[in-house]
Amino acid sequence: MPEATLVEAVNLALARAMADDPDVVLLGEDVGVNGGVFRATVGLQSRFGSDRVIDTPLSEALIGGLCVGMAAQGLKPVGEIQFMGFFYPCIDQLANHASRLRNRTLGRLTCPMVLRAPFGAGIRAPEHHSESAEAMLAHIPGLRVVIPSSPDRAYGLLLAAIRDPDPVVFLEPTRIYRAVKAEVEDNGEALPLDVAFVLREGRDVTLISWGAMLRETLAAAEELAAEGMSAEVIDLATLKPYDEEAVLASVAKTGRCVIVHEAARTGGFGAEIAACIAERGLASLLAPVLRVTGYDAVMPLPRLEQSYMPSVERIAAAARKVCAYN
Amino acid sequence: MNKPFMDEELPVIARFELRRRAYLGPDGVLHGRPPAFASNVDLLISLLRAMALTRAFDLKAVALQRTGRLGTYPVSLGEEAVSVGAASAMREEDVLLPSYRNTGAQLWRGVKMEEILLFWGGDERGNAFSGPKQDFPLSIPVASQTSHAAGVAYAFKLRKEPRVAVCMSGDGATSKGDMWEAMNFAGVAKLPVVFIVGNNQWAISVPRKLQTASETLAQKAIAAGFGGEQVDGNDVIAVRAATERALAAARAGEGPFLIEALTYRLGDHTTADDAARYRSPEEVQARWKEEPIARLRAYLVGKKAWGKEDEERLASECQARVEAAAASYLATPPRAPSSMFDHLYAELPHAYLGQRRELEGASDA
Ligand SMILES: Cc1ncc(C[n+]2csc(CCOP(=O)(O)OP(=O)(O)O)c2C)c(N)n1
Ligand SMILES: [Mg+2]
Repeated sequence: MPEATLVEAVNLALARAMADDPDVVLLGEDVGVNGGVFRATVGLQSRFGSDRVIDTPLSEALIGGLCVGMAAQGLKPVGEIQFMGFFYPCIDQLANHASRLRNRTLGRLTCPMVLRAPFGAGIRAPEHHSESAEAMLAHIPGLRVVIPSSPDRAYGLLLAAIRDPDPVVFLEPTRIYRAVKAEVEDNGEALPLDVAFVLREGRDVTLISWGAMLRETLAAAEELAAEGMSAEVIDLATLKPYDEEAVLASVAKTGRCVIVHEAARTGGFGAEIAACIAERGLASLLAPVLRVTGYDAVMPLPRLEQSYMPSVERIAAAARKVCAYN
Repeated sequence: MNKPFMDEELPVIARFELRRRAYLGPDGVLHGRPPAFASNVDLLISLLRAMALTRAFDLKAVALQRTGRLGTYPVSLGEEAVSVGAASAMREEDVLLPSYRNTGAQLWRGVKMEEILLFWGGDERGNAFSGPKQDFPLSIPVASQTSHAAGVAYAFKLRKEPRVAVCMSGDGATSKGDMWEAMNFAGVAKLPVVFIVGNNQWAISVPRKLQTASETLAQKAIAAGFGGEQVDGNDVIAVRAATERALAAARAGEGPFLIEALTYRLGDHTTADDAARYRSPEEVQARWKEEPIARLRAYLVGKKAWGKEDEERLASECQARVEAAAASYLATPPRAPSSMFDHLYAELPHAYLGQRRELEGASDA
């Protein structure tokens, strides 16, 4: 099987979707000749033409709104927002239109669109290029929010997002765009959009994360194993909707849970998971649910970004704490 | 240009004209009727020096980036006249709202080179610059500074202060609603704000013609109810003259103005970009003939006001200043991790004291 990085897997999925379905169009800033600033769309304009791979004027609100109009017409637009820090103007279109066009018209008009954006810290990028605002988006009813953490899941989840009849935000962790190569079979097979992935089985504690933070989370699990603690690691992969049953089943087994995310702590998606466990899994808990997150501070510029992001040490320390709890 | 549909039978209800300002040509010769300051050789030399310093600084910044000692950096190679010309027309008490392409303007306004390096090196102290107290930090989210400029100008107007907000952006920025919205309100409220668009023909890989079908960017002012003009953005005399006029009018209560400075991005978009992917080296090569420094130097040489020795002295002086700034930047240790809470609020709410304490522990470790 051929190997691909995460960003190459995104490219493969886009190419596959465009080849399979003439209604799929790509749009965004620099997605054409340049192939996107991260090269996610490289080669697609020359292959599918500039009518289907559109270099838009510089406006994120435009990209979001164009997608809504195109989708209502039955096209399957895949918009690219260059960095999550520039995503915010799209929230108007997502919250007021994309997420509710179906509902407003009782299904007469629908919105099968995808907005992709690289996100997250750790690549020493300039100001406004390292944000993780996934919880803000997951708060919008009617949207799907998907975050891949490996090349194969990026491929399968992106195909699913494009084929889905509703609007999907697809967030790509820049820090692991090229971190690993993994086998990706370009077989056109999509993954389900609301099923979590158990990346490592364990008995003592459940570690839940998504996106780039799974690297540190898996490393922490390794460290804990050396100390005799068996951690189960779950890649949530889809935040909205998310796989509550997988979370509850794991916590029922381990009785302990640590949630890890890069985004700020207050109102982060970890809070949602912790609340769900409190509501539906309290009886199986042997210790409080802990969160290891970014701080409630403005995302610092690169010199301090490592201090902001959860480290293997912080994750392992939280896991030890819940394992020692009695 | 797209020929607009027009029914010739109907009466004309509006007409507009646009003018283009240019004095110092690529040939190093003054044309037309240059402003009075063009005969002030000392002033011209100071403009030349500022542009040369900007270029030397950019070179050093790129060298630091290439050796892993600076983050992504955007040079303004070939666009120095836009920044220097505009900033040199401002008064100290005016407020500059720059984009990331306006290093030359920030330097002219008194931001230190080591501060600019700190910013691009990933340290917030770069934005806490010591020079122009009320200038905004450069804006990375494209065009987001345009409405700030209108807000700043509104405050000037409300307080009846004879000050002007100067908003700098690129051609790509004119595609954002933000810019139109800011200009629209500036027109409505007749605000003392000058918008300067450095039209360097590219927004990363997207050429100017894909941004807008509008014949010029300057004409966007007309729909907002105020004046605009195109200037040769590689002619520092024209940029300064245009900005001076616009500032004087704004200061006198005549409202906003838009200057489209025609220039060309001779470098990559940033150090993270590779422009060879989307434009030909021939195109870039041809544009080198128009760059702003050579023409001003040629003019001054023609006037016998500048010579080989001056040039050499300037080069070594720029080099020394840039090296000193780099050394000072490199010798600045990072801030303590807990400092990310120092300026989050006027006073850190009780709720976050624990998080700060956790980071204080981290810095001790
Ligand atoms: C709102 C927003 N969208 C996207 C970006 C990414 N980006 C940075 S610069 C740039 C192009 C800007 O072009 P222009 O306004 O012409 O300024 P120039 O870089 O040419 O000086 C883009 C798309 C950004 N910084 N802000
Ligand atoms: Mg530009």
